[in-house]
Amino acid sequence: MTIANANETAVDRMLRGDPQLVDVIPAKEAVDGLGDRLILHAGPPLDWADMCGPMRGAVTGIAVFEGWAENLEQAEEAASKGFFEFAPNHDFDCVGPMTGMTTISQPLMVVENKAFGNRAYCAINEGLGKVMRFGGNDEEVRDRLKWIRDVLGPALGRAIRAADGIPLKSLVGRGLTMGDEMHQRNVACSGLILRELAPHLARTTDNPGDLADILAFIGGNDQFFLNVAMAMGKAIMDPVRNIDKSTVVTAMARNGTDFGIRVSGTGDRWFTAPVEMPEGLYFPGYSEKDANPDMGDSTIIETIGLGGFAMAASPAVAGFVGAGPASEALNFTRTMAEITVSENPEWAIPAMDYQGVPTGIDIRRVVETGLAPTINTGIAHKEPGVGQVGAGVVRAPLKCFEQALFAFAEKIGVA
Amino acid sequence: MSGSKDRKPSANLKLLDSEVRVVNVGLVQFAGDLRDQGVKVVHVDWAPPAGGDVKLARLLSKLED
Repeated sequence: MTIANANETAVDRMLRGDPQLVDVIPAKEAVDGLGDRLILHAGPPLDWADMCGPMRGAVTGIAVFEGWAENLEQAEEAASKGFFEFAPNHDFDCVGPMTGMTTISQPLMVVENKAFGNRAYCAINEGLGKVMRFGGNDEEVRDRLKWIRDVLGPALGRAIRAADGIPLKSLVGRGLTMGDEMHQRNVACSGLILRELAPHLARTTDNPGDLADILAFIGGNDQFFLNVAMAMGKAIMDPVRNIDKSTVVTAMARNGTDFGIRVSGTGDRWFTAPVEMPEGLYFPGYSEKDANPDMGDSTIIETIGLGGFAMAASPAVAGFVGAGPASEALNFTRTMAEITVSENPEWAIPAMDYQGVPTGIDIRRVVETGLAPTINTGIAHKEPGVGQVGAGVVRAPLKCFEQALFAFAEKIGVA
Repeated sequence: MSGSKDRKPSANLKLLDSEVRVVNVGLVQFAGDLRDQGVKVVHVDWAPPAGGDVKLARLLSKLED
């Protein structure tokens, strides 16, 4: 098999993926091997000593939430003494935005790729501002997580099962025509999925007060769909792993310290480099002095051709993330088409005469052109406990792709 | 040898007698400088493979389709 054949297989599997949101269940039921004191995080592997401020904030917060520590101070001491075990979400079929905390009692959304039978998981989006994914960890943040665990998660599970699942590919296709790129803009898809779920939520939620809270929570969160899209991305990409001689990227993820990529032909090995600082716009009262380096598994969105790769579908996001005028949005997508194998005809962009989103990042093209994948991202405060302070654009470090290229060449016997 | 007054313009100089139109390849700053002087420029966004890193470029040539 040639590299070209292998990459055709990789993209074919991406395009044949049929992701559907099928359930919401507690993490301990969903994920094999998840137990007490095991904390899954975003990005490549990371020890407590190397964690950035927001990641430490989230770890201590989730430890208190799970009852593994009585307060944040005790949780920090426990973490520093090795009381918790840490592992990447990607190793457990999961993804998580920003800090990406996944632990036993959180409800996880389940996306099944019907074409290949694999499942991927992601926690429910908490909303914007002071939330755990941005390192928020106080009582308000933990109380919201409890409500998600006790009320929202079970209700969503009932509604999704009553709907017999929600196909996501066509929903995302519609979202692209309505101005979403599925990373920093999910207004359309959040509305579309709420429209699908609302009748089932009404039929399966006994308490009218809970129903009203649930509808208000989802309706008030423009990024509700982000976590659905991330589980979708993971479900699409996992069957693309381990194709001999394929140079297609299967995952990109950051942990606030390092950026990591995985490539089909080199299996589950991470290729890492120090993560870069996003350039973007800040909420009132904050500036780049407050910003933490980039983090989160949400780059799985760009890995499947959305987010920064689909910027042309979402001129509004170009302004939101400080990427320049709306007219520049097309250039981002055109540039990403230079580092991808193909395009996705089912995810078409109206402003580009319905050209499909760039699909299948080829490490050879990234290294050859020097064009690093463009990522639309949220910006967290560098101190634990504060939360989101802005949104911006960041480039994947070229070093990851260069390392991957050398390893790939060695694996196939090319010196 | 004839004096400089009698020297016929070379082909290159003739080119500059007419309107100058430039295709700029590589460094975008050159295109910007010419544009600032009212010269029509088409810029071609080009860089050597792998940013000029010979080791990487050689490896890429062995990893073609």
